[in-house]
Amino acid sequence: MSQFHIIVFGPLLGFLIAGIFGRRIGDRASMAVTSGLVTLSAVLSLFALKDVAFDNNMYRVLVMSWVQSGDMVFDWVLKIDTLTAVMLVVVNVVSALVHWYSIGYMSADPHRSRFFAYLSLFTFTMLMLVTSDNLVQMFFGWEGVGLASYLLIGFWYQRPSANAAAIKAFVVNRVGDFGFSLGIFALFLLTGSVLFDEIFASLGTYADARFVFIGIDAHALTVISILLFIGAMGKSAQLFLHTWLPDAMEGPTPVSALIHAATMVTAGVFLMARVSPILELSPDALTLIMVIGGATAFFAASVGLVQNDIKRVIAYSTCSQLGYMFVAIGASAYGAAIFHLFTHAFFKALLFLGAGSVIHAMSDEQDMRNMGGLMKMIPLTYIMMLVGTLALTGFPYTAGFFSKDMVIEAAYVTENGMADFGFLMTVIAALMTSFYSWRLIFMTFHGNPRADEKVMSHVHESPPVMWVPLAVLAVGALFTGVVFAEYFIGHERLAFWAGSLMTHAGDVMDEAHNIPGYIKWLPAVMMAIGFGLSLLFYILKPDLPAAVARTFPGIYAFLLNKWYFDELYDRVIIRPAFWFGRLFWKRGDGKTIDGLGPDGVSARIMATASRFRVLQSGYVYHYAFAMLIGIAIVITYFVLTGGGF
Amino acid sequence: MADWPILSALLLVPLFGALLILTIRGDSEQAKKNIRYVALFTTLAEFVLVILMWSMFEVGEAGFQLIEDHAWIGESIRYKLGVDGISMLLVVLTAFLMPICILASWESIQDNVKEYMIAFLVLETLMVGVFVALDIFLFYIFFEGGLIPMFLIIGVWGGPRRIYASFKFFLYTLLGSLLMLVAILWMYIDAGTADIPTLMQTDFPASIQTWLWLGFFASFAVKMPMWPVHTWLPDAHVEAPTAGSVILAGVLLKMGGYGFLRFSVPMFPVATDQLAWLIFGLSMVAIIYTSLVALAQKDMKKLIAYSSVAHMGFVTIGIFALNSQGVGGSVFQMLSHGVVSGALFLCVGVLYDRLHTREIARYGGVVNNMPVFAVVFMVFTMAGLGLPGTSGFVGEFLALTGAFQRNSWIAFVAAIGVILAAAYMLYLYMRIVFGNLTKDDVKAMPDLNLREKIIFLPMIAVVLWMGIYPKPFLDVINPSVEKLLEDHRASIANHELGLDMAFRNSGSGVLSAHETQ
Repeated sequence: MSQFHIIVFGPLLGFLIAGIFGRRIGDRASMAVTSGLVTLSAVLSLFALKDVAFDNNMYRVLVMSWVQSGDMVFDWVLKIDTLTAVMLVVVNVVSALVHWYSIGYMSADPHRSRFFAYLSLFTFTMLMLVTSDNLVQMFFGWEGVGLASYLLIGFWYQRPSANAAAIKAFVVNRVGDFGFSLGIFALFLLTGSVLFDEIFASLGTYADARFVFIGIDAHALTVISILLFIGAMGKSAQLFLHTWLPDAMEGPTPVSALIHAATMVTAGVFLMARVSPILELSPDALTLIMVIGGATAFFAASVGLVQNDIKRVIAYSTCSQLGYMFVAIGASAYGAAIFHLFTHAFFKALLFLGAGSVIHAMSDEQDMRNMGGLMKMIPLTYIMMLVGTLALTGFPYTAGFFSKDMVIEAAYVTENGMADFGFLMTVIAALMTSFYSWRLIFMTFHGNPRADEKVMSHVHESPPVMWVPLAVLAVGALFTGVVFAEYFIGHERLAFWAGSLMTHAGDVMDEAHNIPGYIKWLPAVMMAIGFGLSLLFYILKPDLPAAVARTFPGIYAFLLNKWYFDELYDRVIIRPAFWFGRLFWKRGDGKTIDGLGPDGVSARIMATASRFRVLQSGYVYHYAFAMLIGIAIVITYFVLTGGGF
Repeated sequence: MADWPILSALLLVPLFGALLILTIRGDSEQAKKNIRYVALFTTLAEFVLVILMWSMFEVGEAGFQLIEDHAWIGESIRYKLGVDGISMLLVVLTAFLMPICILASWESIQDNVKEYMIAFLVLETLMVGVFVALDIFLFYIFFEGGLIPMFLIIGVWGGPRRIYASFKFFLYTLLGSLLMLVAILWMYIDAGTADIPTLMQTDFPASIQTWLWLGFFASFAVKMPMWPVHTWLPDAHVEAPTAGSVILAGVLLKMGGYGFLRFSVPMFPVATDQLAWLIFGLSMVAIIYTSLVALAQKDMKKLIAYSSVAHMGFVTIGIFALNSQGVGGSVFQMLSHGVVSGALFLCVGVLYDRLHTREIARYGGVVNNMPVFAVVFMVFTMAGLGLPGTSGFVGEFLALTGAFQRNSWIAFVAAIGVILAAAYMLYLYMRIVFGNLTKDDVKAMPDLNLREKIIFLPMIAVVLWMGIYPKPFLDVINPSVEKLLEDHRASIANHELGLDMAFRNSGSGVLSAHETQ
């Protein structure tokens, strides 16, 4: 029993208590137990980070021996290195704050104990994911967070849209898991192990190995890297597998903050950092990651420009920022990816919870076209949202400034084949990020109120249980950059990461310090331009957006409809799947197999039988005689042929 | 104590219970109640005996254990029983499901209770017999005998189209059985023994192995069932009473997989290697095809029946991958599927008992008035789609790992089935459980009663136990699986050595035969 047992299993205990006894002990007790245990985990995680990352310790804690099947042997072990410790802090701190916030946000919901049980279940599975010391254990957590996400998206099960979104999230993630599991199989085939340490130790032997995968003779580690990346794409909502994330906003807003911004969606980035020794041996895979990451950053930001639902804007923003993290992975700047993950967790959770406060104040209104003028009525929330926006857009010396700039600079200096593409996409996305973020602020808080008077009269500031967590996150959004940059991406990084992810002296993060000054300031310039345009569109000349939309109706519709991905998938995948299902069922099983098989045979027998009905005499000895002849024929055959065929 | 004939006791206890029920006269409510209790206590006693068997079983021992051997018809056809790591847990599965079946029939069966319970108890003896028989004729009798009570259960206590379903069931299985009988007779005449362990060591000539393999295949493929001889299954399930479906999906389907492991693979190793492509091909088609069909179903029972066919596809793929993970995973998957599909049919039964329809569209919003049921159904839905932490994951994952080592295409196609499984299971769950409660008759459905909770509780416990801590099960299975694989490799090597010698002696004549290996 160690502090790590408490960190990981505390939330599980909370889930079990609230889940099984929730109705008996009541909502208040459920909320107290779950929130208390997660808070305990969060506090212990902070100590763990100090212990592991700054005092240079590392832990492997055996929970139980698990599976042994032939050569495949793995145990359930908590592996605590710096990478894991960072994730422990992200997961537990945000989760604890979201638990507390939800006490206020969900105060009117009749199913609070169920909600808190799910939140704690999610926290536990996410902790399993980040503490795993082997791929299968990670897959347990990986699908476990998928379950929790499914349950929480569909929390309000009366809404058909929430149910549909929940299924979509699960199934699209399964597509990613398909790649992940094949990657595990391939790694096991190649190295004979699923343990990270064993695999990494043997990589030198396999650096140039090749194998045949679905008929293609290919570089083994490239295939494996790409398969694992497909898994990461599903969980982290990268382009082509992103469609579930915006729909996931059907879940309660605290869920969006915890799962669909700060923690679960970053699991893909964590996976890539964890297997960074493998990725380093596959330049082709890194190129692909760079392309997908850059394209996602651009795509999601472009869609975010025109969305009107406040949560969807932030959701697309998350999708876009995840793209940044993958650009950093593609640039081999794993420390930068995790640093952006770390800072992003604070400011994006802040933005989501802030949006939750707005929605709460506006009597569950989410459409920004019906907001406006809230600045004076909910000033605390306004300030918090402002802090989040500054950090997201990379305002100098906020958290996002350090991490996002490092991503862009790494893309600039790396030798990745598609580095220029990644650089360009992230720079353009920086402009769009600034534009849609300020658009959100202006449409929500500035201008004249567009909601009706009844709603406006109800607008109120959130209670302390909601705004205190916001304030904590705001502190993180402002200061985590300046405090931690030196360790995550600066000169201390080698000692800090201590080999938990690929980093070495003279890597891209070293080079990124020696780039031309105008590149260094480019993101800040983009941010300023985005702010200026947004100010022009939504404050100075409020008629402009509609005019622009009228001038370019095609582009506007394209963006508003999210590049028509949902429509495309519906036609190309979903409808054909059901069509084939019906075809196989009615024609395949019904007409063909049954028609030629049992039904056909019995019809033929009926026809023949009616002709031979005369033989059906009803006398037992007739039948006995017929059987005797039959047996005689069989025996004669066997005797004559000696049993051969 | 070790000489105590526990396997014979396992065969006799259900028969004794059936005899006891025969003595109960009358058709009164009291008589029915007595019959039910006798059946329940018999199956519970059987389960206690099975646990005793597990404790007597030497874990880590690969060969057959608890052997009983007596002369029966002459000296060569014997009454010989025994279990190894592959069959032992299948016996446990059978005895585990039986009391659940009796409880599930407690209220829904009101006519001919006596005959119904007798049919079930006789069926239990026959099913246990299939897994413990070590004489090939004894096996055949149990294997085919099981058809009769099942045929009656569907044909007498089934739904409106029960006659059609039971005849279809019978036609398919009969055809397969006859071909298997021919193969068994040939083996008996050729080898001069009906002893299964001896036959496993017998080296049949390669040319004849193919025919024998196909003879057994005809029977096991129908039982499994494999595409395209699966169409009896949806009809049989739809018409069968709930407990019949549980046994059908839970135990009878496992006989196909067990048969492959006990006969096809060890006895005909050359043919197994040669014809593995056939199994892989049919299984891959089955997984994709039946998963898509399941997606389009409007009938709950049919949906789960089709999903069973897809799940059995993973089992056959794993068996013929012929490596530790593949075969071990398949055995695990059979056990898991036995519990999970049984539980899913029980969930359907719970709904059917209340509304008397299997049409998915007639339900909706059930969570509002049946929250406990919603949780139970969720657990088994997740197990059905193979979520880690449930039993469904372990077997599927290991089987796919094994398949990937054999050929990445197989794992690639089969893994698509894992995606589809999520789609059809969650789509089913959503349509039944979630949404608003709008229909008055659905609104009136009460939540699980005590009897139903007692049924589901052990099943949930087992599904989670197998999913979270699979080690006790794998430890039983693995030694026997390793032995099976070693023997297989040895006999293939042996065979190739023989061919090499023949090649050297007789020149080029055997070359083509060698190349086909």
